[in-house]
Amino acid sequence: MTKRYWQKDIETISRRSLEDLQVKRLRSVFSRLYRTVPNFQSKCRESGVKPSDIESLKDIVKIPFTTSEDLRGGYPDGLLAVSRDKAVRLHTSSGTTGKPKALFFTKKDINQSADLIARCLTMTGTGSGDVLQNMMTYGLFTGAMVMHYGAEKVGALVIPAGPGSTERQVALMKDFGTTAVHILPSYALYIATFMARHGMDPRKDLSLKRAYMGAEPYSEKTRQKIESIYGIDVYNCYGLTEMNGPGVAFDCMERSGLHLWEDQFILEIIDPATGQQLPDGEQGELVLTTLCREAMPIMRYRTRDITRVKPGKCPCGRTHRRISRILGRTDDMFIIRGVNIFPQQIENVLMGIRGVAQNYQIVLESLDDITIRVEIASDMFDGNIERLLAIKKEIIEKVRSSVLVRPDVELLEPGTLPVADGKAKRVIDERTL
Amino acid sequence: MKVKQISVFLENRKGRLYEVLNVLATEKINIRALSIADTADFGILRLIVPDPDAAKKVLEKGGFTVKENNVIAIEVPDRPGGLSFVLKALQDCDINVEYLYAFVAKSQKDAIVVIRTENNDGALKALKHGEVKVLTPEELYGL
Repeated sequence: MTKRYWQKDIETISRRSLEDLQVKRLRSVFSRLYRTVPNFQSKCRESGVKPSDIESLKDIVKIPFTTSEDLRGGYPDGLLAVSRDKAVRLHTSSGTTGKPKALFFTKKDINQSADLIARCLTMTGTGSGDVLQNMMTYGLFTGAMVMHYGAEKVGALVIPAGPGSTERQVALMKDFGTTAVHILPSYALYIATFMARHGMDPRKDLSLKRAYMGAEPYSEKTRQKIESIYGIDVYNCYGLTEMNGPGVAFDCMERSGLHLWEDQFILEIIDPATGQQLPDGEQGELVLTTLCREAMPIMRYRTRDITRVKPGKCPCGRTHRRISRILGRTDDMFIIRGVNIFPQQIENVLMGIRGVAQNYQIVLESLDDITIRVEIASDMFDGNIERLLAIKKEIIEKVRSSVLVRPDVELLEPGTLPVADGKAKRVIDERTL
Repeated sequence: MKVKQISVFLENRKGRLYEVLNVLATEKINIRALSIADTADFGILRLIVPDPDAAKKVLEKGGFTVKENNVIAIEVPDRPGGLSFVLKALQDCDINVEYLYAFVAKSQKDAIVVIRTENNDGALKALKHGEVKVLTPEELYGL
């Protein structure tokens, strides 16, 4: 029988014991950080909070938020809470503007993050006997390394393929019978197009059973599309470099929300405008506090990811609360004609239309106009111009009724939009405001 | 007798038509006839070539989105009223024409018209009935 839990006691701990554990860990990590990181202590003094003020979980709101600007400000090692010789690994999070964020890991940190991945893989059926092809970027980015360590831990054979070289990826999957992949959704769709163009059928020519996808937001429709092309199960994974990388929250086999490992993180949902906590079920910005990290504990980190807590118990038996798939980023949201729009809303419409291929771009040219560039699916092209015009019209109508703004639509040849090794760039903002 | 036509999806991008033609030139594929249907942001290039299967393969290899369609090629007397006579035969049988394009081959005294209809089988019957000369693939590609 396949193993269901990696750390059963902690994964199925009662809510009450879990909350007791959280308070204990929060008090301990907060006072350690207060003592060892002068920057943090002065910030707390400004907010008027000291370690003895933290008595229950509710007191967390007294602790000031940490933003990505704070992490950049601490670059290179201003937020390190252990002596530097205890750190054994460094990762950075790419900064699109200014300095990167540097994250240190001790041996214990590496082991803990691998354990979280091991929990995630075990609960989705990956273990000894599986072959996991890791198509994320190895290097400063946490995505590939953390998954790699966790997959080795559960006994899977790991192929550290990295992204790109599609022909070789396909050959590796075929030759070594890859059963699971860790991959960006945009790249999974690209490989499917590549295989179709070379006369291959992912359902027949590969032994894939499941894919782990995260690192870039994608819609439920995209997940369904990938599942049907490959004949596999797709599991959402959520993580960010600031919180160890992947494995923070993960779909179980129920796939009705991602369990966020609350023994290691405190989860809050806040209103991004006011900073006030929101009750379970309401949509807002995810805020995370690390409870077990040694090298760089982070208090109340503003992830800028928009999600909500799914209320209720999960039939899988795990007691850690679930978050919904990431609905957007507070910084990806754009405003057209006064309407707040997330790229995922448009993606959800596009992926539900027959004849539309994997890739799209949203181009913002002015405050009022939005152009959507979409690739047509090559198998849907029948040489008939009316058919293409009908697809275009369908996109315009469906997007308009979903986001209340009428877009311009440009149909493109398949494979013409750039697919980067990193995250696909969905929104091109050409506005000069 | 239906004949094969190649349709190529063209996005509205500078040099894209040249790229299609360049692939055909490199592979030494001669074009018998062509037509372009265009809209504001994309077009469809339609080609009659001597070996449609080979042309489709090289274009797909070049990354283009290609489809083979069946069309009808007919000979139309090169004189006033030649084409309207043909269209009358189709109209009488209530057959709708999606598009057509014409060309003149050097070796022919008549014009050649390529027709795509919503119902090619019905169109063939109507044309036969109207005593219009329909070209076989061999006749068309060999022009």
